[in-house]
Amino acid sequence: MCNLCKHPPGSCQVPTRRPSSFMSQASPPPILSVAPTRALMDEAIRVRVDNLPPGAPVTLRCLHHSEDKDYWEAYGHYISDPTGAVSVADDVSVGGTYRGKEIMGLLWSMRPVPGSRTGLRLRKRNVCTPMLFTISVYGGHVSHDFSSRRPLAEELTERWYMAPGVRRLELKDRGVRGTLFIPSGPGPFPGLLDMWGGGGGLLEYRSALLASHGYVSLALEYFAPGELASTDLELKYFEAAFELIKQHPAVVADKVGIFGLSLGGIVAIHMTAESTVVKPACCICISGSHLYLRNQPLWNIHQPMLESGRKVHMDEEQNVIWRDISLPISSDLSRKTDVRRINCPLLLVIGQDDQNHPAAQYAEDMERMMRSVGKEHLLTRLEYPDAGHLIEPPYSPHFRATNFMWDYKKAKVTMLWGGQTKCHSDAQEDSWKKMLAFLRQHLYSPHLPKARM
Amino acid sequence: MWRQQRSVHLSVRPSRGLVDEKVAILVQSAPPGARITLCAFHRCEDRHGWEAFAHYLTDAAGSLNVSRDPSLGGTYSGVEQMGLFWSIRPVPGSHPGLRLRKKNVQTPMEFTISVYQDHFTDFTDQVPLASQTVERWYMAPGVLRTPIKDHELTATLFLPTGPGPFPAILDLWGGGGQLVEYRAALLASHGFATLALDYMTPKITVETGKMVDNTYFERAFTFLQQHPGVLAERVAMLGLSFGVCVTLKMAAYSHVVKPRCAVCISGSHVQPVDGTMADILSYFDRNGHKIQLNDENQAILRNLLLPIPTDPAFKVDVGRVQCPLLVVAGEDDQNWPAAESAQDMKEMMERAGNAHLLTVLSYPNAGHLLEPPYSPHTRASSFRSVGSREKITALWGGHCAAHSLAQEDAWKKTLDFLRHHLYS
Repeated sequence: MCNLCKHPPGSCQVPTRRPSSFMSQASPPPILSVAPTRALMDEAIRVRVDNLPPGAPVTLRCLHHSEDKDYWEAYGHYISDPTGAVSVADDVSVGGTYRGKEIMGLLWSMRPVPGSRTGLRLRKRNVCTPMLFTISVYGGHVSHDFSSRRPLAEELTERWYMAPGVRRLELKDRGVRGTLFIPSGPGPFPGLLDMWGGGGGLLEYRSALLASHGYVSLALEYFAPGELASTDLELKYFEAAFELIKQHPAVVADKVGIFGLSLGGIVAIHMTAESTVVKPACCICISGSHLYLRNQPLWNIHQPMLESGRKVHMDEEQNVIWRDISLPISSDLSRKTDVRRINCPLLLVIGQDDQNHPAAQYAEDMERMMRSVGKEHLLTRLEYPDAGHLIEPPYSPHFRATNFMWDYKKAKVTMLWGGQTKCHSDAQEDSWKKMLAFLRQHLYSPHLPKARM
Repeated sequence: MWRQQRSVHLSVRPSRGLVDEKVAILVQSAPPGARITLCAFHRCEDRHGWEAFAHYLTDAAGSLNVSRDPSLGGTYSGVEQMGLFWSIRPVPGSHPGLRLRKKNVQTPMEFTISVYQDHFTDFTDQVPLASQTVERWYMAPGVLRTPIKDHELTATLFLPTGPGPFPAILDLWGGGGQLVEYRAALLASHGFATLALDYMTPKITVETGKMVDNTYFERAFTFLQQHPGVLAERVAMLGLSFGVCVTLKMAAYSHVVKPRCAVCISGSHVQPVDGTMADILSYFDRNGHKIQLNDENQAILRNLLLPIPTDPAFKVDVGRVQCPLLVVAGEDDQNWPAAESAQDMKEMMERAGNAHLLTVLSYPNAGHLLEPPYSPHTRASSFRSVGSREKITALWGGHCAAHSLAQEDAWKKTLDFLRHHLYS
């Protein structure tokens, strides 16, 4: 890091004095433009370089310094056209962390810089500030040692999870803990109960982004292991959270949906199908399923399978694979939610290379069950080849395996989530668009008469 | 009323942009063929309310796309993607003679874009169906703002992001004085190290009562050239209104100031050639009897410089200019005879043989205050000229839609001109 301006090396803001002879020979730098300069995390940006020599090899690099103090980067190798321009939207990257015509390759192909700690995951905790990315142009096709080179030009771009006017409220009400995000405007708005996976903690960024799209979103904090004495109480916690949203003055009471990823998806499906209290207007489940162990604490859902030990595999890099522990799928309802009881539209988002949970196989079973009672029209499955478990908002980097605290063994392991970067990123982009359209269709469109349901 | 049965979805993207970036406004989930009103509201730093509105009909799918669909009436009509920004004006009941100018460029302008059911023009006590806050910035992230403390200049330097060094621009406003930063901040956001210079009311004039002389501009220009972040041979001048007097004088006569190119907006070459700033101002004073007042008591100052003199002692010899020159004029400019001056300059340069350096952009129905795009059009506003010390309502001229189109086109061409001559 540069001591003077606190920027990473190679992107120093403090100009240094140069000898006058150099000044008289200095030529103007290339013109790097990034638009918009302040975008939401799911907005695309246009990156172009002008004023290069024609046919010049250049490298475009994107650098981010995370809250955890790690450096993440992506870069693409380009060749300027006869007018001396490079347009990321139109031109082809011939090398780097992504190849081909990839408008947002500089973002989704980011990974920790060489020499970083291993098993990292990039997740913003403070959603009230933007993520800052430095986009730079270097002469030649550079693949390493960026910090020892001087870029030709640089731009700073902000990416936000929260649109202007979105309000953030920390919630602790009737035992429910979480953060509520309210869109700008008079309201009232449709609502969403947003649930993360088994990694625990409270992650707000998806809820902030959903609020930026017009939904009152509650990022729900899970209870700590052992905090709630029974599965009944566990279910009541989620029901209370749902009711809290429903009763909020900014929310349209009959337009509240549930959104869950991984373990959160499992909870979402269970509540949607079997809760007698909660009636969501729609449900989205990413990388989850109707797996459910009755009378087993939620945080313990994998334990009986894990205890058997045999089904946990490791790959050649010692990454833990949990996918098979949930197989085979139970034929009775002792270990799965009765999805025949679902009465609202359900969207499943699945990566076919999910190494953590066999979501695709469970989805087949869900469809079979729903078809048996004539409800298959409520189900939409989006299945993406070569996408993994962690299907995040678009342009987020892909994590094939990351560090994970395995409570049961009290050990830190590297969990294999799966997915091939390019296909996984395409899946994130496509699924997010379709999820937003699904939510708009079911939470914003006019109220349909009950008979059509 | 369909309001209770549904929520209407409004999206304005990007929700944070530079002031010269376009936004896409989309309304969805409304009933098909519904009458709706879009409204933009902004409360400026002086706490005045500004608003624009337009009447639309949603399509068969219950959607409205401002880039595609026509406004049927309001503060603008027709298909106007940015109409809600450029057509804003003070809310009814406001103080007369207002002008919208951002003083603090380090914070954004906040607009609230709202959708209302039905067509109406009075928004008091109306509750919108949906609204969204939008930020509009003069400064891109990473642009460095530095107030200049020494060199006896009253100025602010804006440096683009990146290692540089960069081409530079000396940015000059007009007779109202003050240190106006927003255009310089925006130019820096486009890759030019830009110095916003107060030359009418700088600290030194306030303290001594004396106007600055030509050496003040030479010092400013040299300061830029010698800055380590600046390419010494690629410094331009950009002036508006009185700033054009300075720009042309320097370009034609200074032995020190050699701009690589110059942009002259809404100004003239008419001035006593051997004069200082003070001499130019007193020349205007002597012609003060030519000022006209229209029916609304608004002062028309353009005749101060008309007819364009034939005596060479009273106009800058633009035949001496050796750098590319972009002249921007509004043909309805009621404050300066910019279009007539541009024509005379062209003739002078043709006779001198350097007309190939000149580009004139002359806009029908555009007025004097040609600002960055999507800024509201001000046809008349309160003005206190440094020279006259009297507060008047100056008629700037221009008709809203044509003036806004001129601002958008002129800005784009100005940036292209600057990039071409400073970056190539």
